[in-house]
Formats: sequence, structure tokens, C-alpha cells
Amino acid sequence: MPQQPYRSQIAGWGRFPVVDGLVLKSENLAAISETASLSRGLGRSYGDSSLPARADFPVADTTLADRLLAFDPASGSLRAEAGVSLLELNRVFLRRGWFVPVSPGTQFVALGGMVASDVHGKNHHVDGCFGEHVRSVRLRVADGRIVDCSDASEQDLFRATLGGMGLTGHILEVEFQMRPIPSPWIWGESERIDNLDAMAAGLKTAARDWPMTVGWVDCLARGATLGRGILMKGRWAQPNEAPQKPPSLKRRFRVPFQFPGIALCKASMKAFNLAYYWKHIQRVRRGVVHPDSFFYPLDILDDWNLIYGRRGFTQYQCVLPHADDNGPARRFLELFVSGGGMGFLCVIKDCGPQGKGMLSFPKPGMSIAMDFPIHPVKTPALVDRLNELVIADGGRIYLTKDTFTRPEHFRAMEPRMDAFNAVRRKWDPQSRIRSAQSVRLLGDPA
Amino acid sequence: MKAVLLGASKGMGRAVARLLAARGDRLFLLGDHVEELAKSARDLEIRGAPAPVGTACCDLLQPATFAPALDQAQQQLDGFDTVVVTAGLFATQEQLENDPQLAARLLAADFTNTVLFCEEARERLLTGTEKGGTLCVFSSVAGERGRKPVVLYGAAKAGLSRYLEGLDHKFRARGLKTVCVKPGFVQTGMTVGLKPPPFAGTPEEVARRVMKAIDRGWPEVYVPSAWRWVMCVIRRLPRFVMRRIEF
Repeated sequence: MPQQPYRSQIAGWGRFPVVDGLVLKSENLAAISETASLSRGLGRSYGDSSLPARADFPVADTTLADRLLAFDPASGSLRAEAGVSLLELNRVFLRRGWFVPVSPGTQFVALGGMVASDVHGKNHHVDGCFGEHVRSVRLRVADGRIVDCSDASEQDLFRATLGGMGLTGHILEVEFQMRPIPSPWIWGESERIDNLDAMAAGLKTAARDWPMTVGWVDCLARGATLGRGILMKGRWAQPNEAPQKPPSLKRRFRVPFQFPGIALCKASMKAFNLAYYWKHIQRVRRGVVHPDSFFYPLDILDDWNLIYGRRGFTQYQCVLPHADDNGPARRFLELFVSGGGMGFLCVIKDCGPQGKGMLSFPKPGMSIAMDFPIHPVKTPALVDRLNELVIADGGRIYLTKDTFTRPEHFRAMEPRMDAFNAVRRKWDPQSRIRSAQSVRLLGDPA
Repeated sequence: MKAVLLGASKGMGRAVARLLAARGDRLFLLGDHVEELAKSARDLEIRGAPAPVGTACCDLLQPATFAPALDQAQQQLDGFDTVVVTAGLFATQEQLENDPQLAARLLAADFTNTVLFCEEARERLLTGTEKGGTLCVFSSVAGERGRKPVVLYGAAKAGLSRYLEGLDHKFRARGLKTVCVKPGFVQTGMTVGLKPPPFAGTPEEVARRVMKAIDRGWPEVYVPSAWRWVMCVIRRLPRFVMRRIEF
């Protein structure tokens, strides 16, 4: 029996917008991708990237297609179906001495989404995005064919698919390079930092010695303390430094209900940020860290997006080119704070070179990401102002996090858009595969 | 453990097979879709099952395929001590009422042919080198009481549960442990689109409990375990109540 789509509320991690859409879900991803308008995995993109262009366009849920298809322990090459989660990859491979070459900040992502968002991680300054380590992708393209693409075959399709937000075809299978690790534990060092200049300098220095770095910034601090935070550095621990036993699965907690909007006042944000900063009372801490605490500190709370209440939330992430005086990052943080923005989390990371994905997000500079609750009027206005600043400073935004950017702003920060759209037109002249986001930003028909 | 699995490329069967693989058991997969089986076999090898995980075509709608498939498994594994059957068809009562051919297929697959498969498996388990072993078959809580939404499906599963109960009574003394698994609502590819009731389970939690049942030889296991108590109540409801409620 061919599968019938079923009605379901579809939303990204930010829980806004929400579509009462149609979902196809089966172990047989190749079959359901024939009639779907878009594929989605675990739905961890924040905004409308994984939402259908129209409520009556079915979406393929990939998460039951989660098999590992081939692994070569000699080379570390792994081929798997698109729906397998990073959680599962880590559960199988970490204790055997392998890790994904690039990991985002949550394990609740599917492999297909890691390719479609061309995710980056704490090691971007040395290893680039996930796409740099992908060897080939099997896609169901718009005309119904199944195409294997790589740098050697259908290179245009391959490079448009890395960071292509799932718009070039349904990602069915991915082959990529795993990385051998000396132990499944992390040797980490964290340092309390007083202000933005020190943070930028700290990231720069740390990048020379550490394969993984990231900064957390108190996004409510102003003036002399603007940009203060915690700088985290890490590397895989050597066997003699690490505990003998493999890291246990961490116990997870669930946010039991949607919080009322009042929980997110300025005072609670301030309290959280202050506590997070001063919890790190010593200047520097060193030691062996559980890999989950290092890579996925928030994964311990299931459904933490409910904390942001009924209206949902968004994340703004952009990359700003480096400047000696850290002007762009400073102006950005100042604008965010004065524009009424408030958030629990602001993450800062220096990016390495731009990758080969045609629409891949990172480029050399400072990436800044912050979560904030959605206000129906203020949030779009704040995003507009942030975007104007990002355009003026020559930066760009991360589509995976975006909900509110205007098409003209996106075009202004993305000179690569025409080349990307040209590849899409070649493989999908009628834009059969499209998302709510591609309608909003890339000029697809609704 | 040397296990033969029918229906392990999907849903709860996939989850059980992965737990067996993770602890290094030798596996052989039976199913009606050869390419899917091969992919699942590779998945299980990567997860720890000793390679090669063999496969053979075995279609629940074609009983003639049962004996050759089990023979092939016996040959490759050099005998087996465990058989797990998770394969089966599902359709809603409405679909079955409107399509008698579908109803005939479902009744044949879920009762007659599953029983015939078990007979073939039982014979091999009893005469094999181990002289016994475990036959673990997925029935359903739908077989516990005649209920409006599962009249036909439930009837097939009721017959299957009774058969498994009989097997256990007759052959346990000779070393054959029969495990009848009774899943309540579990979120799998078979139930997508249906509204999950309270106590809905995931394939992974079902699999963990089924492993326990196999290892300890429980003759009957409800998964998730809350369904034991739910069905305990449902079985005792008087008919006039059953006629009124839609459950």
C-alpha cells in the first residue's frame, strides 16, 4: 500500500511559525520522497527551513530511515541513511574510537540535516564545515531520478546540496569521513573573560593551540563589560589522561510544560546570565570533561524550547568579518542590547575559511548566535536592524536559524544566491522541491 | 545466541535486532524485500553483529517460502536457538471492512501463515543441536478482547496468542520457550498518522523489554508494561460497556 500523508503540526525548534501540514513517514525514504515537496529530519532548524511552502504540500519525515549502510574501519568512511541521528552515531561509534568530523551543538539532528545546513562546530577554525568531509550524497531530485553526486560526479549538484537547505533534492544517503579519536573523553579548559576585546583575542590565541574553541557571552552586559563571558577550549583526551570506562549516557530531564510568557522577563534573563558568568568563579578551569557536556550542554534538557512559551523564539546567527578593533562585533552586541534584545545564550566563535558548499554559512570572521523570544512587532524590527548592520559590515546570516529576514536583505548579503538558484533551476526548473523559507527568501513561488 | 528474525528490517523488529547486534549475537534475517534485508544486514553488522549477517527471502503471504528460508538460516548459522517473528500486516477496521481482499490477506498473514511459520521454526528448534531454544512472536493487545476498532485484526491476533499459549504448555518441558509479545500502541511506521493514546511506546523501549523476556523465558510480555493493567481492566468490562465505548 502506498503511504498516505497524515496531518500534523509542523514547526522548527523555535516553534514559530507553525503549519498544519501533511507528513509522510516511513522506513522507505526513497518511496515517500517521490511525492514529497521537502524532506525534514529532527526539525532542529529554528525557523521555516523545514516547513512546506504550502500546507497541502506533503513533507517527508526521514527519521525512520536510520540505517548505517557501510563502514570501513581502515579508512573511517561511513555511509548511512539520511534520517540517522547524531545521537545514534555517537552511541555506536564514540566508544569504538570514532567521532563525526564536525559536530553541531546538539545531538538531536539527523544526518541529512547536517548536510543540508552544512553544520559547523567548535573545530571550524581547523576542520571547516561538515560538508568538507562528505564524500558523496544520494539524492532524489525533482524529476524523480535518484542521483549520486560528489566532487567527481555532478559537482554542481553536490556543492549546491552542501548547505543547500534540502532544496536541491531529497537527501537519501550520505557518505562521509569519520575521525579516529584517542579516547571518548575531552580534555577541556575554560576561562572567564572580562570583555569583548579579551574574548576576541582569547579565541584567536586559543585557535593556535586548541582544535576546538567556543565562547559564551553574557549578552546583557554593557559598557566596559560588553562581551564578557566564558571561553571554552578542548581537545580529545589521550588514553592516559582519560577514565578507563567509556562515558555513560547522560540522564536527561524534560521540560514538562510550556512556560508562561512572564517567565522570560529581563530580570530572569539577567539572573541567568549573571549566574552563568559567576558560576565560573575561578579564572581558569582544566580537566577531563564528558563529551556530552562539552559538545551538547543543552541536550540534557529535552524540549527546552518550551521555556520560551507560547509565542516561540528565534535565534539570530551571523558571521562578521574580523576587524582589529572588533568594531563589527561590538556594534552588533550594542545594537542587540539597545534594541531590546534579550536572551539566555549568546555563542561566539571565530570561523575559518569558507567551505565548498555554495550557500554554506561560515566565512572568516566572528560568528555570533543568540536566542531570543519572539515578540510579534519588536522581533521583526530588531532582525531588520541587525541585518542592516550585518550587510554594512559585510557579514551574512545562517539560514538554519532564520525566521524573519527580508528577501532584499538576504540578497544584499548573499552574492552567491544567483549561482545557487541557477543550479536549482537546472535540476528543478519548476521549483518542485521548496520550503516556506525558500519562498520567503529565494523567490520561489508560494 | 544465534537468532533468526522475520520482519527485522522495520519498526519493533529493527529495534530488537539492533539490541541483539549490540551484544554480539549472530543473526540471520528473513523478509520479503531482498534489498531492504541486505541494507538492514549491513546496519546490524556495523552495530556489532558478527559478519556476515545472512538474509533469505521469506514472504508471510507465501508459506512455501518458509521452509527453504529457515533451512538456509540453519545452514549459515550452523543451527539456531532463537526465532523472533515481528512481521505482520496492519490495517484499520474501516479499511478492512471496505476491502475484503485486504481482510483476507491480513487474516492469512497475521494468523494462518504466522502459525505455519512458527510450526516450521518449532520443529527446527526442537530437533536442532540445542534441543529447544526460544520462539518469540509478536502478537498484540488487540487479541485480548473483541473491540470495535480492531475486530478483524484483533481476531487474528487472538488466535495467534492462543496458539502461542498452547505451544508453551506443550513444549516448555522439552526445552522450547515460547514468548508471546503483546504490544500496545507503539509509534512505528505501521502506526504513523494514528493518534497515539496514553502509554504509547517507542520501538526502543519495547525492544529492551522484549530482550529481557527472551533472556528470562517469560511466556507472555506486555509492552510498554502499563498495557498489562490497561488490558486487565478491558478484559473485565461487561459487554454492555464494550458495546458503548469506542476503544
